[in-house]
Amino acid sequence: MAHDRRNFLARAAAGAGALVLSACKGPSETTWFPKVLDSAEGLTRRVQRLFAGPKTLAPEFTKADISSFFKANGTLNPGTDAYNTAVANNFRDWQISVGGLVEHPLKLSVAELRAMPSRNQITRHDCVEGWSCIGEWTGAPLKNILALAAPRANARYVVFYCADPMSSDPTDPQFYYESLDLIEACHPQTILAYDMNGAPLTVPHGAPVRLRCERQLGYKHAKYVQRLELVESFDHINGGNGGYWEDNGYTWWAGI
Amino acid sequence: MTTPDSATALKSTNAAGFGDRVGSAWLGWRQRRAARHAQQEIFYRHTIPVRVLHWINAICLAIMFMSGLQIFNAHPALYWGRYSDFDHPALWLTSETDAQGHLRGITQIGTSRFDTTGVLGASDVDGQMTQRGFPDWVTLPGPQWLAMGRLWHFFFAWIFVINGLLFVAYALWTRHFQRDLLPLKSDLRHLGRDIIDHIRLRFPKGEAAKHYNVLQKIAYFSVVFILGPLVVLTGLTMSPTMDSVFPFLLWVFGGRQSARTIHFICAFSFLGFFIVHIVMVMLAGPWNEIRSMITGRYAIDPAETNHGA
Repeated sequence: MAHDRRNFLARAAAGAGALVLSACKGPSETTWFPKVLDSAEGLTRRVQRLFAGPKTLAPEFTKADISSFFKANGTLNPGTDAYNTAVANNFRDWQISVGGLVEHPLKLSVAELRAMPSRNQITRHDCVEGWSCIGEWTGAPLKNILALAAPRANARYVVFYCADPMSSDPTDPQFYYESLDLIEACHPQTILAYDMNGAPLTVPHGAPVRLRCERQLGYKHAKYVQRLELVESFDHINGGNGGYWEDNGYTWWAGI
Repeated sequence: MTTPDSATALKSTNAAGFGDRVGSAWLGWRQRRAARHAQQEIFYRHTIPVRVLHWINAICLAIMFMSGLQIFNAHPALYWGRYSDFDHPALWLTSETDAQGHLRGITQIGTSRFDTTGVLGASDVDGQMTQRGFPDWVTLPGPQWLAMGRLWHFFFAWIFVINGLLFVAYALWTRHFQRDLLPLKSDLRHLGRDIIDHIRLRFPKGEAAKHYNVLQKIAYFSVVFILGPLVVLTGLTMSPTMDSVFPFLLWVFGGRQSARTIHFICAFSFLGFFIVHIVMVMLAGPWNEIRSMITGRYAIDPAETNHGA
């Protein structure tokens, strides 16, 4: 009897659960409903920008606050032949090109990047999953690099192309990419970082160069950066949403 | 001797008797109900704005709670402090494989571990025991889908905040707040008696039923004016952009990971409030209570003293 009742209760609970589930799963899998939900992204971005403006700084911490273990997420090693070769010769031939809507396209080696004025910052890295780690980053402010390339008046976004393939299919490697608008790209704490906690970036953390944009969530902080392109719109790039995770349903605005 | 005719007659007599009994019982019930209604006073309890804002809020809270659990499942652990000390979570929903090769769900609070297989840490997904913080029947959407959970959460967060601000503005403007929600010194004086009445499930009648008692005032006041702002502010503290605008929030809550933990506690406090709220509605007369939040009309039984008079 008790067993029957438990069975019934379990089945009733499962039935109620399935009902809730089907009600909740439904709208998420339509094409129109997520678009309605996503309309809040523009509002969030505008209101956050209204408060934050171009210059408010992400909190910076002291060396005592640095996480003893900084979790590496996403790609831990691009593992391509080209990348393995670059690792083997200590990224001597690694070049970061800046092109697209600029007056002076340019290429920078890691040594040239290191020779530029640098910024050092101890900041908190917030993953979209919910965890945080604090680390020290050294790199060249992106604003200075963009100034060298002289963006044209119609340039609105910087797209970062990376060396890590997100797909194991060699015919469609889907290299990681991300984008920032010029406000976030020219923010004082937005740097192309080459050192972490006082030592050159390790492979899991994006060697030789990764992006740090401290007012945004972790997926914006592209690792293994190879190429910067200034564009007016990212509609024509890959899925058209401005980044690998954005093409997979995440919001382009990663301030929350 | 029983002829077919007499058998029919007998049956019809019986049927009429039963019908009469049902009929008179029905009439009796109607009369008693009418008599009760004649004594009841219909009181206009909730204005239209309060009713509309209440139901919008209810929908928002349900969606935000369930999509919040979906977001939590992306990293089902909580920490205290500025960053995640992965070796010392305050709460961790995880799983391990036992000697028989079965997946067991583990809930770790501080350093204590509990087997919560089937609900927390590991639960059934399409017939397969799967590592998962909260089970798929409480998350929105059901399947593991962080990006979609975030879309739901941040869309309804706006509605929740706008709705909440409208309520606070309305309650202050119409003095609903000062009149009905703010616990007064005079209320606190009979706090003890109200607690005893609640425990004995004695609900107010007559004139007293037109006002919230002190426990209701404390509950509604703290949910609207303490829990609501707290859940919004701890949510904003998790936003790296908002941290650049209001760094003092980090100081107030003890860091982003502490803010996330407080946000989680707030969510479950809302759940606790919801459960008590529903139980009280059920005990106090669900039809009358629910009707009062839909049509505004609330029937009040006469006070006991009226009978004596």
